Amino acid sequence: MSINRRQFLGLSGAAIAGAALAPSLRLIELAQARSPEETASAQHRWGLLIDSSKCADGCTSCVNACAEENGIQGHGRPTTDAQWIRKVTLKDKQTGYVQNLPLMCQHCESPPCVDVCPTGASFKRADGIVLVDKHICIGCRYCMMACPYKARSFVHEVTTGQKAYAPRGKGTVESCTLCVHKVDRGDGSTACADACKKEGHQAILFGDLKDPDSEISKRLASQPSTQLRADLKLNTGVRYQGI
Amino acid sequence: MRTVKLLRPFSGLVLAVGLILSGVSVFGHDKAAHAADASGAVPMPVHTFEKGEQCVEPVDVMRRNHMQLILHQRDKTMHEGIRTTQHSLNKCVDCHADKKTGSVLGKDGFCENCHRYSAVSIDCFECHSSVREASAAVTAPPSSVRVLTAQPQKTNATATVMDGGSAKNAGAVFPPKGKTP
Repeated sequence: MSINRRQFLGLSGAAIAGAALAPSLRLIELAQARSPEETASAQHRWGLLIDSSKCADGCTSCVNACAEENGIQGHGRPTTDAQWIRKVTLKDKQTGYVQNLPLMCQHCESPPCVDVCPTGASFKRADGIVLVDKHICIGCRYCMMACPYKARSFVHEVTTGQKAYAPRGKGTVESCTLCVHKVDRGDGSTACADACKKEGHQAILFGDLKDPDSEISKRLASQPSTQLRADLKLNTGVRYQGI
Repeated sequence: MRTVKLLRPFSGLVLAVGLILSGVSVFGHDKAAHAADASGAVPMPVHTFEKGEQCVEPVDVMRRNHMQLILHQRDKTMHEGIRTTQHSLNKCVDCHADKKTGSVLGKDGFCENCHRYSAVSIDCFECHSSVREASAAVTAPPSSVRVLTAQPQKTNATATVMDGGSAKNAGAVFPPKGKTP
């Protein structure tokens, strides 16, 4: 096959354009799911937006889904069993108006639990997720006392049936991880948000607070929302509507 | 001194018998592997490899340095969110978990076996799962332990795709709906 000069130039131009465009297309695709070698980036800040007006009375789907996802097992002792997410009922004493909302770690920008931790086990990841490094947690429970949301639990008893991606053990403190394994996998959602959606309530929305095009950012920009105990100026990653 | 002098002509023979005996004992040791040793020596640990043919690093590197590799990966995963599987504990379990028990613990479990031999305690599995993900149903918790769910039937329906064993697990923990008091 012989090609003339014009054809050759045309073909090579197309080849160069293809080589230049292909990686960028790939990059757009990868931006959704971070590769396993990549570190969690401060360009994201993961958070939740919870609409308490959509949270149904008596529904515990989010709590169940969290326990199922993270392998949290209890011993039938509600006062000491671990609790990563719980349903809270608010009642206006004057009017009698009752509201429900799920409450979990608020993933603060300035987390008091991290401030008080004597070993550095309590820490905030670059992408805003507040976690406990159980390898260095000594179980002192200072963080539990410091947390204004009572979001953390101490594991009092030997654990069984842990999930490979969610280790948990006796003598350490734990709390909502914002389904960090799902975040790292690029699922773009948490177990509680998925369960709520499945129930048809759609009260919980997960997203990137730093991405102006994400649904959560758009809703936060266009609708009123609030932080729990905003007076503490913790800049929580979990925001509420309808309270 | 006199006896030594007397034995000198037979020294070659004594040496040969000694060598043969030691050879027999080494051979016997290899063969007996994990069985109780008549000579009183501590039985050698058994190594099992359930998946693949080669570890992520050469065997001598792994024997000496596996703890450093896991420790390094631990901090990277925990604090930076790096989830490569090359040196992760999950990957260890995935390849080395026993076929029968699905676990790296137990009498013949890959980790416990060797750690017991060298009298080093393993803390990893106080928190981490010691069973291969797919066979998680093997370690269904005792009946006194309950999954923290109020509506078991619904939870079964929302079992996540990630863990094939979770639905089975939940089924093993809860009695069927009809039997619930």
